[in-house]
Amino acid sequence: MKLTVDGLLVYFPYDYIYPEQYAYMLELKRALDAKGHGLLEMPSGTGKTISLLSLIVAYMIHNPHHVRKLIYCSRTVPEIEKVLEELKNLIKYYETSQGEKPSLTGVVLTSRKNLCIHPDVSKEREGKLVDGKCHSLTASYIRDRHETDSEVPICQFYEGFNREGKESMLPYGVYTIDDMKQYGADRNWCPYFLSRFAIIHAEIVVYSYHYLLDPKIAEVVSKELNKEAVVVFDEAHNIDTVCIDSLSVKVTRRTIDRSTMALQQLEKTVAQIREADATRLSLEYEQMLEGLRQVAAQRETDAVLGNPILPDDVLNEVVPGNIRNAEHFLSFLKRFIEYIKTRLRIQHVVQESPAGFLKDVASRVCIERKPLRFCASRLTSLMKTLEIPDPSNFSSLTLITHLATLVSTYTKGFTIIIEPFDDKTPTVANPILHFSCMDSSIAMRPIFARFQSVIITSGTLSPLDMYPKILDFNPVVMSSFTMTLARPCILPMIVSKGSDQVAISSKYETREDVAVIRNYGQLLVEISASVPDGVVCFFTSYLYLESVVGAWYDQGVVASLQRHKLLFIETQDSAETSFALINFIKACESGRGAVLLSVARGKVSEGVDFDHHLGRAVLMFGIPYVFTQSRILKARLDYLRDQFQIRENDFLTFDAMRHAAQCVGRALRGKTDYGIMIFADKRFSRADKRTKLPRWIQEHLKDSLCNLSTEEAVQICKRWLRQMAQPFTREDQLGVSLLTLQQLQTEEQQEKIEKQVIQK
Amino acid sequence: MTTSSEDVLLSVGYVRFKKGYGTLYVMNQRLAWMLENSDTVAVSHKYADIKTQKISPVGKPKVQLQVVLHDGSCSTFHFVNPAGAEEQAKDRDQVKMLLQNLLPKFKRQIDGELEMKSRLLSLHPTLKHLYEDLVISKVINSEEYWNTPTLKTYTESNNVKQEAGVSGAFLADIQPQTDGCNGLKYNLTQDIIDAIFKTYPAVRKKHVDYVPNKMTEAEFWTKFFQSHYFHRDRIASSSSKDLFGECAKLDDQAIASAMKHTTLDLTVDLPQFTESIPLLPSEDDAPPEKDRGDSTSIHRNMIKRFNQHSIMVLKASHKTNSSNNNNSSSKTTNNNKVVENGVKEANGVTEKRTADESSTEAPNKKQRILEKLHYEDLEDSGSNEDMQELKLSKIERYLLGPSTQTHQSNTYTNPPPLSALASICQAWSSGQQCWRPVRVSAGACVAALGELSPGGALMRHHHAASMAQLIPPDVKSELHRIYLSGGELLRELWRCFPQPGSADTEDNSARAEKFYEALLRFRNVKLRPFEEKMLRDLTPLATTLTRHMNQMIDTACAKYAMWQQRQAKLR
Repeated sequence: MKLTVDGLLVYFPYDYIYPEQYAYMLELKRALDAKGHGLLEMPSGTGKTISLLSLIVAYMIHNPHHVRKLIYCSRTVPEIEKVLEELKNLIKYYETSQGEKPSLTGVVLTSRKNLCIHPDVSKEREGKLVDGKCHSLTASYIRDRHETDSEVPICQFYEGFNREGKESMLPYGVYTIDDMKQYGADRNWCPYFLSRFAIIHAEIVVYSYHYLLDPKIAEVVSKELNKEAVVVFDEAHNIDTVCIDSLSVKVTRRTIDRSTMALQQLEKTVAQIREADATRLSLEYEQMLEGLRQVAAQRETDAVLGNPILPDDVLNEVVPGNIRNAEHFLSFLKRFIEYIKTRLRIQHVVQESPAGFLKDVASRVCIERKPLRFCASRLTSLMKTLEIPDPSNFSSLTLITHLATLVSTYTKGFTIIIEPFDDKTPTVANPILHFSCMDSSIAMRPIFARFQSVIITSGTLSPLDMYPKILDFNPVVMSSFTMTLARPCILPMIVSKGSDQVAISSKYETREDVAVIRNYGQLLVEISASVPDGVVCFFTSYLYLESVVGAWYDQGVVASLQRHKLLFIETQDSAETSFALINFIKACESGRGAVLLSVARGKVSEGVDFDHHLGRAVLMFGIPYVFTQSRILKARLDYLRDQFQIRENDFLTFDAMRHAAQCVGRALRGKTDYGIMIFADKRFSRADKRTKLPRWIQEHLKDSLCNLSTEEAVQICKRWLRQMAQPFTREDQLGVSLLTLQQLQTEEQQEKIEKQVIQK
Repeated sequence: MTTSSEDVLLSVGYVRFKKGYGTLYVMNQRLAWMLENSDTVAVSHKYADIKTQKISPVGKPKVQLQVVLHDGSCSTFHFVNPAGAEEQAKDRDQVKMLLQNLLPKFKRQIDGELEMKSRLLSLHPTLKHLYEDLVISKVINSEEYWNTPTLKTYTESNNVKQEAGVSGAFLADIQPQTDGCNGLKYNLTQDIIDAIFKTYPAVRKKHVDYVPNKMTEAEFWTKFFQSHYFHRDRIASSSSKDLFGECAKLDDQAIASAMKHTTLDLTVDLPQFTESIPLLPSEDDAPPEKDRGDSTSIHRNMIKRFNQHSIMVLKASHKTNSSNNNNSSSKTTNNNKVVENGVKEANGVTEKRTADESSTEAPNKKQRILEKLHYEDLEDSGSNEDMQELKLSKIERYLLGPSTQTHQSNTYTNPPPLSALASICQAWSSGQQCWRPVRVSAGACVAALGELSPGGALMRHHHAASMAQLIPPDVKSELHRIYLSGGELLRELWRCFPQPGSADTEDNSARAEKFYEALLRFRNVKLRPFEEKMLRDLTPLATTLTRHMNQMIDTACAKYAMWQQRQAKLR
């Protein structure tokens, strides 16, 4: 249908529209008009992606000078592929209704592993190996060597692209990963570099968070993107974690060992070259004098990772004299590694600020702050000079230089924690140095500053006011949308006690209580006996999952569970879990039904949807608080309190509840879907927890459903399932949760939609 | 005397039966026993009736032979040769050997077919009615009855055995019982053993290897119950002593290879979800954490075993199903691609790849994505586009039913105004793209409506609803039965007429004649009495009830007569 959103003609590739989709577009348009940032929460399964795409594409077509580019970031590869398919669908709709393709190009960028078409390299299953092999075939010095000696292997696809690919632009259209590969294969061009090149000019770019948020990658990949762009972060409920991770470094003893080895190898190479071809090293020295910036004007293939710090913080200076010479630099690094090694040799936990660390470095091994800041870029330059064919062997050393650069650049918002052992196993020495970022706004700030509109959206962002605080930005639009429903297709319940009236809770004091574990088991058994097809349970942690499963086995809960459904359990090995998941789906599809035990914050809870029969019931056993004894977390909480006036408890509850909502939200992926959501913990019924759930869940969580025992919950489930099993037609939905164009245009409906949006 | 007409294969004297002494005769068809000094046969069992024979154990003082009949009764013969136990045994063995040879010859036919037939009849009341009406009332004989296509579908479809799946909890359902003196007793049934074998091929292999050469069945299962299979919390020892330690490894390998050979559906392929940062050591790089405490490693092992168990149970029940329902499980097979077009596909188009290979997985993957993001309620259902067009050669026949042809002669003189209806039909069939039937004049519409209202030409025979209310239920069921058996005969008869184009055979005409006669018999034996009864009990309806049936029979008979004529001419 073609609808007008606040005066803008939007092509929407479906015949009907949900009211909340229209409301979402309205809000989104306001943000774009104001050239500001937005924070929008809309339940999963209400067509967020297509609303975003159709509005922004329409906006770009009508205001080509206002918004030139759409950068769509999503979290997982399947999500990215879904976005591309939706975009394709939209463009097809434009084509059929306008008669010609809109002059837009949509391009995906993903890792070499997903895009490589080289017959040998693409066989590698690990991303790291693909990157390394690719580099060893395409680096500029390898190609130079090939000029003189045709025995040296190079990648024909890259050569093809390099010869012809840069002159022409991609024809208009949307290119998925497979399309990209096909396009490349047809022309003998490398799809990876083709899409690296294409994203600079393409109107729509779809890629994963890292390509924009992680400065190391963003510098290489996204540096030249247009500033008049709309950036969308979809599934952004964990965006702060991504920001923090991209600026944090973890060093273990293993890292040290490996980097020492790598360093020795480098020294050997330097010595060899010094003998054979000393001019190369002196040439590099000359270049250093001119400044690294000029050196950086290098070939695209050489840079795999950029500077780990934000572009604004990079010093535009000449490399300090004491690390200009290759040997000097290596011995400098050696000293630094030795220093870290001694720091790891401790008996008790140490926490210090970057400033303190730098001071200690200076006094112990005489390393100053300035040269330390250049470490990362100096190593890159050296590796290039030495013509290292496969840089993947030097990953640990690279990590150390990143640490050096980061620690000397940032003094605020970071902390260093050195732990001699894991808290759970105090006898085993396993020292780890955490260089941890505590402020998620650091990585986010350049994005907000650089791009005209940044839209942060997800199904679960409640409470909304937390995000502007922790990301430190000022949104012009901040709204939460509910789901209009023609029938109550979610049934959230809080089960606070078992059939024996013992309160159930995963709080620390009671979680190992036999009665609590038994009650959890009983709840699951009864639910699996009365709910058809798939049931998914989330535990608060792997450890708890393991101990509960052990207890359940002894209590016979597992046996009675197996009588009803097949049992699958998430493990820490993701390949194993994937296989279990495949079989879980198989079991559900063959009608046997299955139970999946999983972990909040685990990979399953973050990326796998249990739509329709795969998840008719989701159980959340306990509140998924983060491990509160972790020192990194404590440091972060302190920082948040001091800097942003966020109380510890507020943040912990916020974090726990967004994960809980994320877990239970996995069950519902659309309005024709339905699912039970059981929160099995007494503490969920407290106001401070309940009100932090997303509004679309809260609306259905009536007071009468907040303090149930197992039996009551099962009774309610049975009744509700019978109701849901009735046929559900479009006529039931029309006018309520589904609108035709005519219905949408009525005044009354417009008013209703206006009212639905909750402004915060 | 029946004995005289048969060959006596063996006669044994000194046989006691129910306290009387006599002679046992083993004959062609049966086993007989005659009391001494008597002419009459006291016991006579047809071999066909005998289920099995049993003999007394060697050491017993009495030398006996017992035959068990199909109906459950049995007769015991006591061999009492005065020459001693050895002679008695010799007598008995002679009889036994003979019987052993004779019985199987008779057994086969009886067992298989009769039992199945009787079971079928008892299971399906309609078939039983049919049998009563057609066979017992001697309309057709039993063999013909069982050869009718209706029956064949029953007998043949039942041959496909449906295998039971495996319960997820089959191990948990083995409840150990204490035997009172510090021991446990496990009850194993054949079903459970089957389930174990099906689920754990490694155990089956062990069983084949070890039983009965190296250990007894009981020992094997004792070991099984001590193993990690039954006690999930036990760690499988890798020592060679443990019978099942090796099995654990085999199972692990099987799962690992299955894992490798399964291309994961993109929605669950966790390792591929996130894009790693190039050239930095990732988390997975770290060596696998050593098992921290014993307790956690036990739990971890247990979790792994639960997963394996579920996967294997699923596999066991899928193996048997997969052959039957290939198309229904197309969804699941999607996820189940083997490596050949899996691993490479993940990285798209390589040079050597043939074109069709790449096209197999790509649509699958795309299909999955589209499936995931499809909002069925947002889209208009476009299903009406590919509807089948209804093509009618004779519209009148469609509208009025097939019965009109024979009827026309005596019922109507005025054909209904079919032109209007025909035009409507045409409008429907040609203009179905736009939903409304167009191009019908208002007058024609009104006329057609008139015909379709009660009292109109098209509504004359349509008082079925009222009929249903008038007829008492017992008559209704009787009528139903008449239709059932009549229909069966009619179908058989029509089937005998040669297809256009195919040459008719002698066989066909003989069959046709048989069924024609059967049909006439049926009319006389079943239909007529029913009609008479109806005339007595339900006067107003009597004729209308059976009119249709009669019509059908008439039509068939007419056709038969015509066919006969033509055949006669041809000859």
